[in-house]
Amino acid sequence: MSEISLFKVTIDGEEVEVAPGTTILQAARQLGKHVPPAMCYYTKLQGSGGKCRTCIVKVTAGSTKDPRPMPKLVASCRTPVMDGMVVANETSPEVIEARKGVTEFLLINHPLDCPICDQAGECHLQDLGYEHGAQKTRYDFERRTFDKIDIGPYVQLHMTRCILCYRCVYTADQITDKRVHGVLDRGDHSEISTYIEKAITNDFSGNVIDVCPVGALTDKTFRFKSRVWFTKPVYAHRNCPKCTGKVTLWYKGDDVLRVTGRKDKWGELEDFICNTCRFETKKTADWVIEGVVNVDRHSVISQNKYTLKAEKPVVPELASKHTGEGTWDHQLK
Amino acid sequence: MGKIKILTKDIGTPNLQNIDVYISKGGYASVEKAIKTLGPDAVVEEVKKSGLRGRGGAGFPTGMKWSFIDKTPGKSRYLVCNADESEPGTFKDRYLMAENPHVLIEGMITSSFALGANRSYIYVRGELIYVVRILQKAIDEAKAKGYLGKNILGSGFDLDLNVTCGAGAYICGEETALIESLEGKRGNPRIKPPFPAIAGLWGMPTVVNNVESIAAVPWIVVNGGEEYAKLGIGKSTGTKLISAGGHINKPGVYEIELGVPVEEFIYSDEYCGGIWKNRKLKAVVAGGSSVPILPANLITKTANGEARLMSYESLSDGGFATGTMLGSGGFIAYDETACIVKNTWNFARFYHHESCGQCSPCREGTGWMEKVLHNIEHGHGKPSDIDLLVDVAKKIEGNTICPLGDAAAWPVASAVRHFRDEFEWHIKNPSAATQPGAVFRNEAVLA
Ligand SMILES: Cc1cc2nc3c(=O)[nH]c(=O)nc-3n(C[C@H](O)[C@H](O)[C@H](O)COP(=O)(O)O)c2cc1C
Ligand code: SF4
Ligand code: FES
Repeated sequence: MSEISLFKVTIDGEEVEVAPGTTILQAARQLGKHVPPAMCYYTKLQGSGGKCRTCIVKVTAGSTKDPRPMPKLVASCRTPVMDGMVVANETSPEVIEARKGVTEFLLINHPLDCPICDQAGECHLQDLGYEHGAQKTRYDFERRTFDKIDIGPYVQLHMTRCILCYRCVYTADQITDKRVHGVLDRGDHSEISTYIEKAITNDFSGNVIDVCPVGALTDKTFRFKSRVWFTKPVYAHRNCPKCTGKVTLWYKGDDVLRVTGRKDKWGELEDFICNTCRFETKKTADWVIEGVVNVDRHSVISQNKYTLKAEKPVVPELASKHTGEGTWDHQLK
Repeated sequence: MGKIKILTKDIGTPNLQNIDVYISKGGYASVEKAIKTLGPDAVVEEVKKSGLRGRGGAGFPTGMKWSFIDKTPGKSRYLVCNADESEPGTFKDRYLMAENPHVLIEGMITSSFALGANRSYIYVRGELIYVVRILQKAIDEAKAKGYLGKNILGSGFDLDLNVTCGAGAYICGEETALIESLEGKRGNPRIKPPFPAIAGLWGMPTVVNNVESIAAVPWIVVNGGEEYAKLGIGKSTGTKLISAGGHINKPGVYEIELGVPVEEFIYSDEYCGGIWKNRKLKAVVAGGSSVPILPANLITKTANGEARLMSYESLSDGGFATGTMLGSGGFIAYDETACIVKNTWNFARFYHHESCGQCSPCREGTGWMEKVLHNIEHGHGKPSDIDLLVDVAKKIEGNTICPLGDAAAWPVASAVRHFRDEFEWHIKNPSAATQPGAVFRNEAVLA
């Protein structure tokens, strides 16, 4: 076997060697640092990416051969690396400014209904807003709204929250033979749709929920059951004739409230799972439990922004004197 | 400047749309010459030598574009003519195709031969159904004469030329959206790379060229690239169709030799014939609605005080600070009674309506700009709106999949850049500004 020569890429000053054909985004993921946020790209979905523009970076040197910088910021998810390429992500004020702009664009017509949205807590738009959003909106016009649509017995589409990443469209394209799911209309009135609200009957249709970065496609069997951060993720598997049967069960107490695919640290599914596993297999007895997993919840909620760091107050000697001093109650006063 | 005409010289001849009349004027000579004496590579060479630049807006050298096409044996190559012409202010292609359809058909045959394309398409804007009919008739005539179809002029070269039409979306003029639409899909621009020269129509190497670019090829092949390069000025070689509209005495399509002074173009009776009703000129959009608007004092002279010429280089002299672009040649003149705010709102409304909605900055930003401009125009503007517009435009520009985002941002940014006082006046004096016909006057910019 002839040796493939790797390409050397520098991202925010750190070098990584990757195979030719790798995109800048994937190179950053391999490096494990300075990873641009990606709202529309999805490794498993052919053709995805390039649309949301959150992953834009600056290429300050195109390659060793042609070290000229690229004239515009580029979508890192769709730009292949060249040997000797130098990329600025977090270190480029221009990128940060542009990303702030993209975040604002994604939010001006978003309902910001996180308090009643099932996706809250594992929503990539929430994370993005937290990291790159402004404190206050500059948009003082009525926001775009759509009616909710049921697409089939299990999935609800709430277009009002959609950021038009097209992931569900690519998922449907990949799992169905005929086109049943796509985009209607144009511009800011574009709308994800199935043919005349026709159900996606495919056995793998539930995966559109998992690929949706926001709360536009939600699981009707889980709707309003619980905030996700009150549920405990557990890896489990079963012998499934249709899919790998490897899932995450989300428990509240002894009840499985929700079944999803397993996601990697970038929030992408490891395997597409079938609708039977996802919607119809919700008893613990149906599963071989692998154990509680420390799912890398990318969300702001897991970053100790909203939760307490330690389970118990850490000043025991004061607490033991029952003065109340040093306890959370006290500190909160 | 000479008064040479290339594309339009025979327009006015009765029945020029008839192939016999067209041939009697020397038509189809380029097909004979290309096939019988030159061969494909020499045709490409002539086009390179001519210095012809794409007439669709970006001005990319046509010969160079052709030489990028992937020539891997076994891969079909396609030539696609972009006749989607939908840029506000631009109406040259439809005129040429309706008046002189055979020059485009001849250009398609000669160019397809040069590129080794056996199947080619002319994609016509959906509203122009009458043009589709004219072109189809011309194709049928050419086929009957043996210029199209199998074994053209006994050379062994086959060409199947098709006319198709869009459904009325400006975005389908963007070359990769056009290709998607040709494939029967939603007209969304593709993410590049790959470029069409590598993977275009049906994933095969494809060249997309504007009508006017292709129509210039017959003359170049017959007379030689060097002859063409002698016309025009500097890197702006040859002639260009300019569709002139707005507040001028003689709106219409003019074929100019590149390099005519803008002042002459506006005021000479040969072209626009001056500003109508003896009014003063306030502003010009020189290359279709996408290019930056310039106030009168900057359109006839550059910032250095030199006469500005109708050429790629001269119009863009000074960058966006004081210059603009030749674009697609849609020349719109505004007299002293024109309201820049209203015009900017109107353009913004167009881009908002035409955004395909794939990428966030354009999808959301175009609507936002339109709404803010609507407010200012209707007396509800806030002082902070002006900077907001500039900022939103800046955040769209350069951050989108296709240049429609830039095209939406530039008119807004340039209007504020050059006419900021007019925007401020609207915001500070809402009741005066919303009176019918009320217009802000700044004598300094009028000419
Ligand atoms: C939104 C948009 C609309 C466009 N519309 C047209 C058009 O109507 N006609 C055209 O020739 N080029 C149009 N273009 C430019 C094409 O993408 C392409 O550059 C051109 O057809 C190339 O031909 P040329 O090299 O001969 O100019 C448009 C570009 C954009 C971004
Ligand atoms: S810039 Fe606008 S028109 Fe072009 S791809 Fe993006 S959304 Fe579509
Ligand atoms: S993730 Fe790259 S553009 Fe959306």
